[in-house]
Amino acid sequence: MAAKLLGERIKRKEDPRLIQGRAHYVDDIKLVGMLHLAFVRSPYGHARLTAINTGAARNAPGVVAVFTGEDLKGRLGFVPCAVEMDGLKIPEHPCLAIGEVRYVGEPVAAVVATGRYLAADAAALVEVDYDMLPAVTSMEQALEKGSPLVHESLGDNLAFVAKIEGGDWKSVEADPSLKVIRQRMINQRLGPMAIETRGVIASYSPGEDTLTVWSSTQIPHLLKTHLAILNKMDESRCRVIAPEVGGAFGSKLNVYGEEGVACFASRQLGKPVKWIEGRRENLAGTIHGRDQIDDVEIYAKPDGTVVGLKCFILADLGAYHQFLTPGIPTLTAMMVLGCYNIKNVFVETKGVFTNKMATDAYRGAGRPEATYIIERAMDLVARELGMDPVDVRMKNFPAPGKDIVLPTGVNYDTANYQKTLKKVLKLSGYSKLRKEQVRLRKKGKLLGIGLSTYVEICAMGPSSRMPAGGWESGTVRVEPTGKVTVLTGASPHGQGEETSFAQIVAGELGIPYDDVTVFHGDTAQVPMGIGTFGSRATAVGGSAIYYAAQRIKKKMARIAAHKLEIKPGEVVFADGKLQSKDGSKSVAFTEIVTEAYYARQLPPGVEPGLSELYVFEPPNFTYPFGAHVAVTEIDAQTGEVSLRNYFAVDDCGRILNPMLVDGQVHGGLAQGIGQALWEELIYDENGQLLTGTLMDYAMPRARQFPWFETANTETRTPVNPLGVKGVGEAGTIGSTPALVNSVVDAMSAFGVRHIDMPLKPEKIWVHLKQGAMPGRDAA
Amino acid sequence: MIPESFEYHVPKTVDEAARMAAEFADDGKVLAGGHSLIPMMKLRLASPKHLIDLGRVEGLKYIREADGKIEIGALTTHFQAEYATLLKEKCPLLPETARAIGDVQVRNKGTIGGSLAHADPAADWPAAALALDAELKTVSTSGERWIPVSEFFVDLLTTSMNPGEILTAIRFPALPVRSGDAYAKHAHPASGFAVVGVAARVTLDEKGIVEKARVGVTGVSSKAYRASSVEAAITGKAPSSKNLDTASLHAVDGIDLNGDLYASAEYRGHLAKVYTARALALAVERAGGK
Ligand SMILES: Cc1cc2nc3c(=O)[nH]c(=O)nc-3n(C[C@H](O)[C@H](O)[C@H](O)COP(=O)(O)OP(=O)(O)OC[C@H]3O[C@@H](n4cnc5c(N)ncnc54)[C@H](O)[C@@H]3O)c2cc1C
Repeated sequence: MAAKLLGERIKRKEDPRLIQGRAHYVDDIKLVGMLHLAFVRSPYGHARLTAINTGAARNAPGVVAVFTGEDLKGRLGFVPCAVEMDGLKIPEHPCLAIGEVRYVGEPVAAVVATGRYLAADAAALVEVDYDMLPAVTSMEQALEKGSPLVHESLGDNLAFVAKIEGGDWKSVEADPSLKVIRQRMINQRLGPMAIETRGVIASYSPGEDTLTVWSSTQIPHLLKTHLAILNKMDESRCRVIAPEVGGAFGSKLNVYGEEGVACFASRQLGKPVKWIEGRRENLAGTIHGRDQIDDVEIYAKPDGTVVGLKCFILADLGAYHQFLTPGIPTLTAMMVLGCYNIKNVFVETKGVFTNKMATDAYRGAGRPEATYIIERAMDLVARELGMDPVDVRMKNFPAPGKDIVLPTGVNYDTANYQKTLKKVLKLSGYSKLRKEQVRLRKKGKLLGIGLSTYVEICAMGPSSRMPAGGWESGTVRVEPTGKVTVLTGASPHGQGEETSFAQIVAGELGIPYDDVTVFHGDTAQVPMGIGTFGSRATAVGGSAIYYAAQRIKKKMARIAAHKLEIKPGEVVFADGKLQSKDGSKSVAFTEIVTEAYYARQLPPGVEPGLSELYVFEPPNFTYPFGAHVAVTEIDAQTGEVSLRNYFAVDDCGRILNPMLVDGQVHGGLAQGIGQALWEELIYDENGQLLTGTLMDYAMPRARQFPWFETANTETRTPVNPLGVKGVGEAGTIGSTPALVNSVVDAMSAFGVRHIDMPLKPEKIWVHLKQGAMPGRDAA
Repeated sequence: MIPESFEYHVPKTVDEAARMAAEFADDGKVLAGGHSLIPMMKLRLASPKHLIDLGRVEGLKYIREADGKIEIGALTTHFQAEYATLLKEKCPLLPETARAIGDVQVRNKGTIGGSLAHADPAADWPAAALALDAELKTVSTSGERWIPVSEFFVDLLTTSMNPGEILTAIRFPALPVRSGDAYAKHAHPASGFAVVGVAARVTLDEKGIVEKARVGVTGVSSKAYRASSVEAAITGKAPSSKNLDTASLHAVDGIDLNGDLYASAEYRGHLAKVYTARALALAVERAGGK
């Protein structure tokens, strides 16, 4: 039975309530006497706050209170950053600005009123006097002497410098036979853009001195700890509930100032306080992703062997650190060698403060940047040496195997990069495509074929390598009626673990899948947890559940063995029964459950009840991989790109439910392709956000995509008992370079080597208009 | 994303609506599909004190043929225009234009009258209205009048309607014999609006020579316009692709081109020429040429 449930394409348990509109998001929750919060935000990138006049707002209808940064000083803590690094500068980050604003959208004052509209109206009445200060939005400028400083007190705009060095660079640099290829690549700033914007309700009960917070978050337990610290409250008196969360993509893996202010307001006023973020606030004031300038140097032998890679990373951190801000670019450095056996590496990463919103984890978080760098680099090598991109990749893959140690200090759990690549070549009909490309080119048509073979780091991760713990908790409780309650500390928000975790437990206990219910998100119900991010929920959280189920089985087997007079090791769980291996003796699952709770004939030393907690600590990360092919057509008159086909072969280890894997891959592809073709957050030199609405910021849409052809290989990991690696971010990581490689491949007819994202048609047209395509048949 | 407060009015007849429009001419706005006005109110770029909702006014939602012309009520949605059989047969430029607007939700709510009255420089309907020499009917407390489209669009978000005037209907000539319509659009990837939109109607004579060509262009400057130099350049010529391409080079003659984050003025100008050639070629093909 276990084998049957796992790996099956089972429909998601969570979908009926979602598609019928019966789920409860933060904004669906309404409490008696609830007040509403609105924020006044900085319209400037950098300015001194000279005066804030709240008089008119205080007198506006329905207004209960108005707070400024000065009011919170010493009473509410700073927005936390969990990252520790040598020499890292961490500026104080107040929940409401004090003295100075440093990015457009920074909260300056908070208005609490009896209605949401009244709060918004009153917020418009708060008068703020700003003294403009020079802003800096270019990283290179920010590092120059004499640049405006984002934080005067820090002395410069350099938040940190980190280096990774491995191999023997002396001999590499002394080798005249090596080709050196250099390229600057820009990884533009993106908005995570969850469909549900952020939202929070803080409800303080003065009598009980307890604080309950509903927040649209990925990390309820970490949030509880930090809100307790921020509010100087006893953590035992704080409870955080993540109700239905409508997407996050890393943007809700955070502790935000607005959450702090909502708690503060509720404690001051003794009433529940709700804040729901608007879309414009979301674009300006929820973390952004990516934003790097990467200068890459590749050292390759004439036969295509890449011997060394140097990369100089400038990472735009924005004005303040959010929870993981400075940690994200360090993941780029770790993963920059991709799935290649490159012996020499040098990466220098500089984190830079600018007058923009903070960057932080956005789906992929540092790895899309790494994959982009190395996958573009491999294509540049192929181009320089006149080789097929497939051959260059094959040449540099390590042999399939386990525990592959890289000079960047990471070791890949299991790898078989040849297999995924071969499979995608077959799936896409790669060699036929190449022939078609030649044919079309003669007719003046531009077809692009782009490859990306990625490896990513998932299942975050061993606690020793994580800023705030890398374990996960799982609880399995068989209720007296025989129904099973599963509690996970990973707080899923759309990924489908209510389904896959039920599959694991039902399979292990040999009971119907519908008898298992998975709960998550409430810190009063789930004893401890970390959260869902870094493609970790199934690999780490699922493993905890698996082990908790083993503990339950061990106990039930002891009770059953006692009853059946066999050895506990001989008890098998199947078809709702516990039985001897040969099936000659058996007892109903529910009968053993009843025995466990009535506790009349328990074997000696067995405690009553059936509830087990397991906290799983993974020994390593996992390293899923895959190979993608993107086929694009370019309009030779206008430069418009259309994606004709997309082929993805992903290896995420063992697959528990193929439908969930497909869903993750499809969504990920859309986001990765979105970065390549359309998405870009743009600030001007004064720090104004020019793409502050969805009329300017181009999200990918379903109709822009062809049917995705997906397939898998299954290389299990030894890192966890399930053999699963993680798939939440793979699509995003693999697809961006495949798209850009495809378009650059098409444009190679015009001598193009590289085009920065997003691949707007005008950027392509600039090359097209420069001349006739060589090799075109005279028409 | 929360508008300022306003008073909401629901007239039932055109007369009543006109009276209200006159009464609140200074600080009121007429509401049709709300897909331009409400977003502006939510961003507090518009803060009317009175909203006069035309949604329940009788007799403003229709598509009919009268005196050889097609007449469309101002409150007709983009979606209704997209699927109207009469339009597909008699004035195919209109459904083709409607289909190019935004997405399904926008087409279900937005109206042809609202779009024309709003005069967004990147809206699609203005191109079609110009290419078809449309006439627009307005009603106010001082009576009704028909405005030729050539006099309708004044500037960015500005028309020749007076305060208190309500747009009630739009009239288009049906597709003549040996004629073809086409709309070609490059949509902005975020907003869906036209970066360039070109509407064309071409009529060929019996020998297959271009007898008449009408080209309306939207998205490229502060208001939609008729590309008269393109029309002049192709009229009387054989509709070969070379002739169409050459004529299309005039698509932005004398036009002050918009540039923005997505497309520079130069690139927009280029797109306008390419899309003009494409719209013309398609219209010619549909007219039975080639
Ligand atoms: C996401 C999105 C995408 C869109 N994409 C496109 C697109 O691709 N192409 C495109 O063309 N449009 C697009 N639109 C705009 C859409 O077509 C609008 O519906 C249209 O521009 C306005 O029509 P409405 O009926 O919604 O007018 P409203 O928003 O109700 O009104 C617009 C203005 O016109 C005035 N008005 C309305 N009706 C009348 C009348 N009968 N008489 C006098 N004044 C009147 C109003 O007072 C207001 O000032 C998009 C809109 C959205 C929200």
